[in-house]
Amino acid sequence: MNINNKQKKSSKILLVDDEPNILIALEFLFENEGYTVQKALDGHQALEKAASFQPNIIVLDVMMPGLDGFEVARRLRHIDGFENTQIIFLTAKGTPQDKLKGYDSGGEIYITKPFDNDELLHTINEIVEFS
Amino acid sequence: MNISVFVGSSIAYICLLFGIAYFSEKRAKKGKSLVANPYIYALSLAVFCTAWTFYGSVGKASRSGLGFLPIYFGPTFFAPLWIIVLRKMILISKSQRITSIADFISSRYGKSAFLGVLVTIIAFLGIIPYISLQLKAIADSFNILAFSTTTLQSGNTEGSSFLYSNAFFTALTLALFTIMFGTRNLEPNERHEGLVVAMAFESIVKLIAFLAVGIFVTYGMYNGFGDLFTKAAANPQTAKLLTLNEGTSPSEWFWLSIVSLSAVILLPRQFHIGIVENANPNFVTKAMWLFPLYLLIINIFVLPIALAGILQFGHNTAIHPDSYVLELPILYGQNVLALFVFIGGLSAATSMVIVETTALSIMLSNHIIMPPLVSMFARRDNQNVGDFTKWVIIARRITIFLILMLAYSYMRTIASNRELVSIGLVSFVAVMQFAPSVFIGLFWKRATKSGAIAGLLAGFFIWLITLPLPTLAEYNILSTSIITEGYFSIWWLKPFALFGLEDFDHISHAAFWSMFFNIGFYFGVSIYTKQSKLEASQADLFVNIYKYINAGAEVEVLRREAKMDDLLFLMNRFLGEDRTRILLKTFEEENNVNLSKITIANAELINYVETILAGALGASSARIILVSVVKEDPISLDEMLELLDQTQEIIISNRKLEQTTQQLQAANQQLKELDRLKADFITTVTHELRTPMTSIRALSKILKDNKNISEEKRETFLNIVVDETERITRLVNQVLDIEKFQSNTNNWRDEQINLTDLIKSAFTGFVPAFQEKNIKNELILPEMPLFFQGDSDRIMQVVVNLLSNALKFTPTEGGHIVVRLYQKNDTIFLKVSDNGIGIAKEKQEMIFERFTQINNPKMGKPQGSGLGLFITKQIVNHYGGKISVERPIGEGTTFIIQLPATIPKLNF
Repeated sequence: MNINNKQKKSSKILLVDDEPNILIALEFLFENEGYTVQKALDGHQALEKAASFQPNIIVLDVMMPGLDGFEVARRLRHIDGFENTQIIFLTAKGTPQDKLKGYDSGGEIYITKPFDNDELLHTINEIVEFS
Repeated sequence: MNISVFVGSSIAYICLLFGIAYFSEKRAKKGKSLVANPYIYALSLAVFCTAWTFYGSVGKASRSGLGFLPIYFGPTFFAPLWIIVLRKMILISKSQRITSIADFISSRYGKSAFLGVLVTIIAFLGIIPYISLQLKAIADSFNILAFSTTTLQSGNTEGSSFLYSNAFFTALTLALFTIMFGTRNLEPNERHEGLVVAMAFESIVKLIAFLAVGIFVTYGMYNGFGDLFTKAAANPQTAKLLTLNEGTSPSEWFWLSIVSLSAVILLPRQFHIGIVENANPNFVTKAMWLFPLYLLIINIFVLPIALAGILQFGHNTAIHPDSYVLELPILYGQNVLALFVFIGGLSAATSMVIVETTALSIMLSNHIIMPPLVSMFARRDNQNVGDFTKWVIIARRITIFLILMLAYSYMRTIASNRELVSIGLVSFVAVMQFAPSVFIGLFWKRATKSGAIAGLLAGFFIWLITLPLPTLAEYNILSTSIITEGYFSIWWLKPFALFGLEDFDHISHAAFWSMFFNIGFYFGVSIYTKQSKLEASQADLFVNIYKYINAGAEVEVLRREAKMDDLLFLMNRFLGEDRTRILLKTFEEENNVNLSKITIANAELINYVETILAGALGASSARIILVSVVKEDPISLDEMLELLDQTQEIIISNRKLEQTTQQLQAANQQLKELDRLKADFITTVTHELRTPMTSIRALSKILKDNKNISEEKRETFLNIVVDETERITRLVNQVLDIEKFQSNTNNWRDEQINLTDLIKSAFTGFVPAFQEKNIKNELILPEMPLFFQGDSDRIMQVVVNLLSNALKFTPTEGGHIVVRLYQKNDTIFLKVSDNGIGIAKEKQEMIFERFTQINNPKMGKPQGSGLGLFITKQIVNHYGGKISVERPIGEGTTFIIQLPATIPKLNF
């Protein structure tokens, strides 16, 4: 597992969650690891930021007012240039049906809240390495 | 008047009648039945008003003033009871396919063939004079029109021979017409739509004709009722008619009312129109008041015409009072009116004759002619008889012809010189003999066949010796000594003074004694005799008809089976092959069976066939037919009672089971709904818990892993951890709150709260927070303190929730919060207004639900569990109050709480 910082810095992560406190934690976690990070507080903001920021990875909350995470993922998949963007759902909804719904809408990975910091980082690092 | 004019008119009228019948039968075949109408039903019942009403009432009124009225009083006073009696009789008759009064009585008492015969004979003997009365009326009116003023009363030979010959032709024409109406083909259930509509039409014609002559007499000949009555009062001959008691004793009033109230249902024609032809039992409710109304209208002008008749013809004995209706227009040269009156009288007479003859012919053929023929036809070795229905029709036609010819000969020998009313009443008393068997038998289950036979025979015997026999003596056919000295010269057997009872008039006398013995024997013999099984089951079917209709199933009395071949043979023979095929197909469809595979018919099929046959031939004939092929194994009384009980029990427990199932389904539905709500609640609560836990876990792990993190960051993260922990605590507390008052509100305190103080102290607690956010705040309280009865902690919770919401949604700069408390009428208002972000209209309902949170992008996610307003609403609702939200002009929100004011307990 040798990921150099350069590779990390060139990888951009968009964090989407309607809970500002969770965003604060995620931001610190990924910036500390060397990634370039941007934040969005709801679905619409997420779509705007994705367009301007062109992230490699999107960490997406599911239950948000307005557009929910599944819908954001579905829309992104229909926009050119996001075919290879990795989407990771981060959610408090953890039933098998919810997971299935997540995969259907185009997400690759499904992590339930509350998450383990190391596990989350490990997952993201792996994605960056193999992409 | 020219004879050809009114003969032509009468023929034209009868053709019109036939046209109406034909047209309505065609309509009925297209499914547009005219008979399915309560007004037609009520009008057809007015077949009760015959030539006797049309001509005879005036005759009676001219002798005894209002004495003509009891015949209409009886039916009118009895009409409200139709809903109980007539409706029940209709329901029974429909379910048993009863076709006549004889069939009804026979069916009630174990389908007794003997009773069918007895009732038919009584009706036949009783009604013949009544029919001849109608012939006489038609013939008389012919004569009057032909000779302008008749001389028939003085025995003019030319007049009488003309009278007899036209009466004969009338009888012939009516026989022909009745045959065309009633027996064109054999109808199942004996229903003839065309006949009913034609009768309803005749009722209209006779009513309008009578009103026309009444109006002419009252307003044309005189200047209205006042003028006529003044002139009548001045004339000694008419003055006495204006008093109520003239010629009519109280006992006569009473007995005539009783006699006629039973006649209105029990006369064969009334039974036929009112019950057999009835299209819907519920029509009775309309007929109940429409029929008496008809009687009232047709009787309005009776007395005026009678008075005018006496004033005009008082001294001319050649003019019979029964013909005043016709003579008055003729006297004034009103030939067209006279012709119309003649048609009206014709309609009154023909309607009676047609229906009565049809009904009698059904009874005669079903109960007297058919039974012996039927057993002959039912034998298989009798091959060359062809279609039985053909024979039934022929029998009907012959009986119709015979009835009218008999009526004609009766008129020739006896009736020609008697008043219409007295002949009619003799018939009424005859059919009154059916009253105990029918009316008591409808409600008293214990009445037996023997009782009914004994009662009928006794009543019939008394009728015979008190009314028809003395009449024969009056005409010297029997010795007159029986009237003066009594039968066999026994003084207490005088026909008009039986057992020394001399004060009554002939009709009341006969009615009293016949009923006395009829009812006496009916009860006496019933009590001392036993019912057969069939009688018991039929009695139960009649008395408890509603139970059977509701249960929808018959309780079988007999275990019956028959070879399918035999049954088919009988059906083909008596019903014809086409109808048999259709009927069996209907049975197959209704019961979901395939008869072609069956060799032994079960009781259900046999019962079905029996009711069909009964509809065509009468109950007793149907029984005779089936007896030859059906093996019957009577069920013992104990078995039957057990079966009845079981059926009852099954019905009851089925109903209970159904109810329980429904209740269970509803409860299950509720439980499911509750379950779903609870699951939702738990999902949402866990989600709400996971969110703060996520921040806490992630941030504390960061702090643990990164020892060299900046002081500033450490501070921020620790603050978040503390905040989120508080959020969890709040959430847990509120979930516990919900749980608390959903499971139990009993332990809430019940105390008197000074609302003014409570709100003041809650508000004061928030003031530092308001000042911190630079929010302008106002508290407006009423001058007098307001009190409320409840738990102060709960009310405090409500106020704090609203204030913290306001604080949360009000911007830091330029914020403004106003709290108002006041009372208006019986309601306490608490309004909390802010100028914050406001609530979209479509969300205003939603915010009181659990876990609904309003987000505002400008302000980020609000801190809260989403349970605050839900809890607030629960508390307010608990106290019978209301919570609502209002958006004033501009930005902001106002929450309004309304609580019912309680009267303060004053402690002095």
